[in-house]
Amino acid sequence: MTSTAQENPKGSLRASPDSRWTRDAVETRLFAVLRWVVIVGVLVVTLFPFYYMAMLSVRSLDEVLQDPGALFVPPSELVISSYQSVLASPEVGGQGFLVFMRNSGLVALGTVAVALLIGIPGAYAVSRLDFFGRRQISALFLAVYLFPSILLAVPLFIFFTRIGLRGSLIGLVIVYVSQVVAVSIYMLRNYFDTIPVSLEEAAAIDGCGRLDTMRRISLPLAMPAITANALFVFMIAWNEFLFALLFLVESRDRWTVSLGLSQLAGSIEIPTTVLMAGSVIVTIPIILVFFSSERLLTEGLTAGAEKG
Amino acid sequence: MVVLPILWTIALAFQRVRLLDLSSAGFFGEYTLANFDGIFSSQGFWTSLLTTLTYSVLGTASSIGLGLVCALALRNRFRGRTFVRAAILIPYVAPVVAATFVWRTMLNPQFGIVNHWGTRLFGWDEPIAFLSQVSSEVSLLGLEFSVPTALLTVITFEAWRSFPFAFLFLMARLHAAPAALEEAARVDGATPSQRFWHVVLPQLLPTIAVLSVLRFIWTFNSFDDIYLLTGGGAGTEVVSVRVFNALTARGNIGAASAQAIVLAVVLAVLVGLYLRRFSAREERA
Repeated sequence: MTSTAQENPKGSLRASPDSRWTRDAVETRLFAVLRWVVIVGVLVVTLFPFYYMAMLSVRSLDEVLQDPGALFVPPSELVISSYQSVLASPEVGGQGFLVFMRNSGLVALGTVAVALLIGIPGAYAVSRLDFFGRRQISALFLAVYLFPSILLAVPLFIFFTRIGLRGSLIGLVIVYVSQVVAVSIYMLRNYFDTIPVSLEEAAAIDGCGRLDTMRRISLPLAMPAITANALFVFMIAWNEFLFALLFLVESRDRWTVSLGLSQLAGSIEIPTTVLMAGSVIVTIPIILVFFSSERLLTEGLTAGAEKG
Repeated sequence: MVVLPILWTIALAFQRVRLLDLSSAGFFGEYTLANFDGIFSSQGFWTSLLTTLTYSVLGTASSIGLGLVCALALRNRFRGRTFVRAAILIPYVAPVVAATFVWRTMLNPQFGIVNHWGTRLFGWDEPIAFLSQVSSEVSLLGLEFSVPTALLTVITFEAWRSFPFAFLFLMARLHAAPAALEEAARVDGATPSQRFWHVVLPQLLPTIAVLSVLRFIWTFNSFDDIYLLTGGGAGTEVVSVRVFNALTARGNIGAASAQAIVLAVVLAVLVGLYLRRFSAREERA
């Protein structure tokens, strides 16, 4: 093989070893550089907005207006007044984010509890029991999930208005559960499918009933998936905005954090730095939940992706 | 006992449909086609449907493209890869309200950091109102183009927010790809770009196809991002925002539901067509 790269525009053959400018060598070097360009670029693009958020939340508004382009805050200029102002109750001139946090927390935890109560038995049934229309049910679950939420918003809005639950956190929990239960069941079912049936059969031979088997064998084995699912549902419920807006907008003391932030962002008299502090407060729980469970979540979400 | 929750979920799924009938029956007596007639004869709905399509197609394509580039860059191990991977996922999990608010502040014409540096470094004549300007004139090679500023901005935001999702799935698929195939190609003298094009990409195509459908559906239905960024102004009114405005501002429940139904039907048709084409290709392959 003494052919050179020029004679092989397709590059399908090895070029002579002494030429350093073969297509292969050039490409290898080019991609090695490009790879780092991409990595650095993507880090900047993803993290900068959040850095900016944190930075504005600890600067005073005058500073921001005088020097909008500053990329870091000297320690002497750090102020935490924005946080005090955003958390203080409206009676003393704050924004009352503590109440919003409580509401969001209640709604998110409530949604997780109810979704798992329905999702675990449901997923187990779809995975283990043979009953009529089992395959269609899985398809239906996903179909429900892909419905535009705005389409559901209209009837739900009317329905909850009529039964008088609109404006209550309970109503919101019900709506969120109906939104996430399909995904819960789907995620958990995939995991139940991976647990060998033989384990459960062994338990049955040892005299366990079906519920006993579930409690002693299946649930402990499925714990990682259940945890991942709980965190996933928590994030969805904490971040959700449309239904919170439709259902709760009239009564300020029931606003969730997301709703509170969006409502206050429209007003002129609240300084941007205060709202940035609010944004940080909304984001922190999610970041904490996410980083404490990143591995679980990514595995739970992409389970089945390997099969293509 | 175990079947009950499932039945309840199904009932819920059907109830929604029945509720829809209930609502219109309850508020308007007879259900007529008047609402649909109103939609199809008005200019506004078609415009917003076109906006929705543009937003979904470009948003989906750019987020998957960006996700693919990132997945390839992070394919081989390096120090700190775990950190980078986690960082990439932050825009996807962060609360949409906080993310949109930060973007609105960054792009603010008075004190936003983007315009501040843009006017200094790139020689912009004046700050650009990214989120409230319908279009702006850009001259390239002596030609004047009109660019839909606000729409492009919300598409960029959509790409930024959802590329981590595509990245996650493509990354998982890349790791599952057998190394032997690429080794074989390398031995046969294929260059990196050829290895990608002929060996890696074909393996990723099924995942990309599924991602396209999912992302398209979600983008098509998405409401939060655009509502929070522009409120549907400056030529960015997608159908879901329009439905919301009809429901709340005008209190026109009939028109709102009818538009939502049309949106769902259009989406179902588009996805159906895509799936049919895709499955046909699968059989041929």
